[in-house]
Amino acid sequence: MNYTPAADAPERPAQPLEQSRLDLAVIAEMVAPGARVLDVGCGDGALLQLLAQKKGVDGRGVELSQRGVNECVAKGLSVIQGDADTDLSDYPDDGFDYVILSQTLQATRRPRAALANMLRIGRRAIISFPNFGYWRVRAQLAFSGRMPVTGRLDYHWHDTPNIHLCTIRDFVEIVDELGAHIERGVAFDRAGAPIRFSAPWWVWNLFGEQAVFLLERGDQRR
Amino acid sequence: MSEARPAYGEGFAPKTVVFSPDRPLLTDGGGRIAPLAIAYETRGTLNAARSNAILLCHALTGDQYAAGVNPVTGKPGWWEAMVGPGKPFDTDRYFLICSNVVGGCMGTTGPASINPTTGKPYGVDFPVVTIRDMVRAQAMLIDHLGIETLFCVAGGSMGGMQVLQWAASYPERVFSAMPIATAAKHSAQNIAFHEVGRQAVMADPDWRSGRYQEQGVRPEKGLAVARMSAHITYLSEAALQRKFGRKLQDRSAPTFSFDADFQVENYLRYQGLAFVERFDANSYLFVTRACDYFDLAADYGGSLAMAFKDTKTRFCVVSFTSDWLYPTSDSRAIVHALNAGGASVSFVEIESDKGHDAFLLHEPMFIATTRGFLDSAANARGLAPDGTSK
Repeated sequence: MNYTPAADAPERPAQPLEQSRLDLAVIAEMVAPGARVLDVGCGDGALLQLLAQKKGVDGRGVELSQRGVNECVAKGLSVIQGDADTDLSDYPDDGFDYVILSQTLQATRRPRAALANMLRIGRRAIISFPNFGYWRVRAQLAFSGRMPVTGRLDYHWHDTPNIHLCTIRDFVEIVDELGAHIERGVAFDRAGAPIRFSAPWWVWNLFGEQAVFLLERGDQRR
Repeated sequence: MSEARPAYGEGFAPKTVVFSPDRPLLTDGGGRIAPLAIAYETRGTLNAARSNAILLCHALTGDQYAAGVNPVTGKPGWWEAMVGPGKPFDTDRYFLICSNVVGGCMGTTGPASINPTTGKPYGVDFPVVTIRDMVRAQAMLIDHLGIETLFCVAGGSMGGMQVLQWAASYPERVFSAMPIATAAKHSAQNIAFHEVGRQAVMADPDWRSGRYQEQGVRPEKGLAVARMSAHITYLSEAALQRKFGRKLQDRSAPTFSFDADFQVENYLRYQGLAFVERFDANSYLFVTRACDYFDLAADYGGSLAMAFKDTKTRFCVVSFTSDWLYPTSDSRAIVHALNAGGASVSFVEIESDKGHDAFLLHEPMFIATTRGFLDSAANARGLAPDGTSK
């Protein structure tokens, strides 16, 4: 059997930003101009910069890695070092218009608590995540009998930061449990093409490689 | 008010503003300081809009000489790594102001100054001052310079406490703020170390109940011990190990005596001796006391967040991993309060093994962070790279 330890695996080719972080453009499109935004797990600050440029938002970030925080601050962004699992509870209610969690939900220890906190801190929450219900993911597990490694989920099972993977259906269910309301949802296929909003859920869940949801706090519904 | 020039070395002309007795500094402790002299230095040029001024706040035993050659010690200023043309605190772009704190001994009124009611040095009769009193005095200086809003107030350690106090007391006058390696309150451990220092000073027979000036002596041994113990708290164990370990000084074997056998002993003795050359023992008592009394939240009903409620100031909080005197947890408490108050805040913990002193040293990540923060704040303030208002 041909066994390759992860450490010896060849470097993955870098993808162009537009393609690798397609969700950022979609998220930016969902945010109202001039809004107050908290980006949880903001990485190197790419989304915050995009939001500042395109939407003139008053953006803040929280990032776990020191390297990411330092890069953000050197870019002039308001970012603090912190952990989505422990630090969100320090934020007061209604401090922001939008709280964003892009490609981070699956790496949190308590995703449900993180989502609840987001909807408490912000009137609206935007979450993007890789869909574990995507057909290629299902096919890999079904046919090779091994944990899937795909473009969106490009880690081996033993060294992945992604500990709480979910499907679009799972996500919709937890949103319901939290009493929140889905204002908008977008799913993309592998080529980055959006799947029509009118398509039934099972189509989204099967053909969406990643998804972006705009949630509204339940008590905002009239 | 009058501009005076105290007699220092030749070629050196520090600026001092003296506020006449009809403009006393009323202290938190119920004291009254008048006349009040404030010694300060400036670098760079104030632009026409008066919008590019930065106030640098010095640490416990610092002074107004942040950059350039300190005329008293002959050594580079305390923030030489950060201040100058092209450096983060760019003197080509900003107008830098650095004053000596009230209670200090470098030209600003302090315990060594003459008490106008007795005609003798104040000594320990000087009013006990607080960080807020220091900031009040600085605000008088900033008023005197005709500056409405400071572009930035920055400083580390005790200077960082002043930064926090500035942001709390005068939020509308502080566009951006950098509290570095500091805390919103002095911990029991901090107070304990300061008490060791004060007791060392007061145990020196030459302290003479604080009246040593009149009797022509100085409690140098006590002050040197105070400095030695404080100096240890500014370093980290890793830095001390790297620099000295258990290496012996000028000998190959221990002498089995109380000579300075170890290099680290020699180093501390040198630090203590160099310090008494430039610092007044009574000032040391007063500035350490000011730090001990600092508890910003206490002034706002115990809630630090209330101190920064609705602030428009942009903050950048910085801590260092090996700083055990003002650990990162102290900075986090400040950041949490600022977040709760809805403030614009960045927070960076810089990886360094140089201990508390790291903020004074050449730390590339710290320099990059400061540059990034100031650049973005300058853009928001409409400052062109040459310091003019856009």
